[in-house]
Amino acid sequence: MGLKEKLHKIKKKYEGKKMAPAFNALHTFLYLPNETTHNGTHIKAADDLKRTMNTVIMALVPCLIFGMFNAGYQHYLALGEINAANGFLGASFWTLDNLIVGLWQVLPLVIVSYGVGLAVEFLFAVIKGHEVEEGYLVTGMLVPLIVPVDIPLWMLSVAVIFGVVIGKEVFGGTGMNILNPALTIRAFLFFAYPTWMSGDKVWVHGAVERDQAIAAGQNLDAISGETILGAYAQNNSVAYDYWDMFWGLIPGSVGETSKFLIVIGALFLIFTKVGSWRIIISTLIGALTMGLIFNGVVDAGWIGTSSKFYGLMSVPFWQHLIIGSILFGAVYMATDPVTASQTNKGKWIYGFLIGFISIMIRVFNPAYPEGVFLAILLMNVFAPTIDHYVVQGNVKRRQKRLKVKTA
Amino acid sequence: MGLLSKKDVKLITDPLADNNPITIQVLGICSALAITAELKASLVMGIAVLFVLGIGNVVISLMRNIIPSKIRIIVQLIVVAALVIIVDQVLKAFAYELSKTLSVFVGLIITNCIIMGRFEAFALGNGPWRSFLDGIGNAAGYAIILLIVGFFRELLGSGTLFGIPVLGDPIEKTGLYATGYENNGFMLMPPMALIVVGLIIWVQRSRNKALIED
Repeated sequence: MGLKEKLHKIKKKYEGKKMAPAFNALHTFLYLPNETTHNGTHIKAADDLKRTMNTVIMALVPCLIFGMFNAGYQHYLALGEINAANGFLGASFWTLDNLIVGLWQVLPLVIVSYGVGLAVEFLFAVIKGHEVEEGYLVTGMLVPLIVPVDIPLWMLSVAVIFGVVIGKEVFGGTGMNILNPALTIRAFLFFAYPTWMSGDKVWVHGAVERDQAIAAGQNLDAISGETILGAYAQNNSVAYDYWDMFWGLIPGSVGETSKFLIVIGALFLIFTKVGSWRIIISTLIGALTMGLIFNGVVDAGWIGTSSKFYGLMSVPFWQHLIIGSILFGAVYMATDPVTASQTNKGKWIYGFLIGFISIMIRVFNPAYPEGVFLAILLMNVFAPTIDHYVVQGNVKRRQKRLKVKTA
Repeated sequence: MGLLSKKDVKLITDPLADNNPITIQVLGICSALAITAELKASLVMGIAVLFVLGIGNVVISLMRNIIPSKIRIIVQLIVVAALVIIVDQVLKAFAYELSKTLSVFVGLIITNCIIMGRFEAFALGNGPWRSFLDGIGNAAGYAIILLIVGFFRELLGSGTLFGIPVLGDPIEKTGLYATGYENNGFMLMPPMALIVVGLIIWVQRSRNKALIED
């Protein structure tokens, strides 16, 4: 008897019982969707929620793998044991040593994220007597990519529980949430444990441990790795050139450093029509617009080099796209179909404001150099309002046309 | 029952749970969010409101037949304001540090919707004894939620209860902190109070389905 029949039998046996949703979830996850339309529908498509989500996960996998190598690379680079890699295919980057450190640090994040998140989902499905929804598949993959490598696992678990319950389940589960759950998780971590989410120690594996060893009296050199945004916010210069930023050979959250792979992921999402190109493009336009405004302010001489905003304001506008995680946010976070605007015109407004506000927060609030997640959460809240006005505008325009005709 | 009839007992016990001013009527949220980061402040705030609402309800109830209805809001405001000033002065005299922590929120008891709400809804139509019980009950319901929220916020946010460390020393890394535990800074921010209140409402309504409105 194959696994499929076995599962089917179990499903039949537990039908109507309390644990039924759990078995059903396993069954649909491995074999077939819960419900398919049989008649009466006029749109035929092969993809369901699960396939859509799997597409996003496929687009994320390159970032994850790169993030693992980068975790090891930054670790050994900070220790001074390897030379800087020269370009994307640099010899000191794609090494087994780097991968081992990466696996050791990043895989637990993935496992904890999925384990805790799915446990909460199962729990709620059983309590509510609903079917388990696959909503956590993408969130579970996004979460490890947007946290620092050294984040303690218990913090991640607490944040995941909070994010899934408050970000999603209280609103009614998958498809009903107002806020992006992955960003809710990040926001929780950021405000709850700021020492683990910002500063110059957390982005490189081993920096915190090294500090503790020094504090304990060992004779070692401190290592640190500041993000480029952090350095710019303090008017410091950075040692990375633009290609390093583009390829992703820089310290940062696990999966957001490589702009190159994010662009590839974006093309994949746009090509498969899973991600909205309108949102991605308009977010980037918004970010560039704000960057240009700040550049204009600097060029006009309105602020001097002594201003605390000078460092980030004078960054050439196009560079805002390759430092920080605006690109990652635009491609994987802003395009979440549940929390984004639904109308096409709304998507342009929604995306533009995300980009615009991200750069604004980034520059004006040195304490939150990474304003992208705040901007996306803010616009998540406004997305239904934007849609409402777009729809009402359309209704009014057509009513007017009707009146002209009848008059 | 002698002193308290069954109806009178209900006046006190109802607002504690099934008709709680914060979780059911959703009044007085503002101060519940602002001052619950510490348990001590929550307790003092609860006592202050208990005092103001208990006495205020009696005063308004005694005057209920002579207050012209057109100016009743002004009269009510004067009564609350007088009582709040007493509370404020007492705090400043005997608990100066605490009154600095509570800052404007003692003064803002005047605008606490629970108080005006009870004056309007109850004291204007009932005798002084019943009004007193109603005031005590509602203020206690308010205080209970404040204490619950304050308990979780102070315990998880600062690792202390009433200012006494209960989880160990976060700087010396003793107790729970030795295992890598850290205080949750989010708990000290007002948004988290809103979420905690929301969770209380959630638990309460899932236990008592009658409270769920469509």
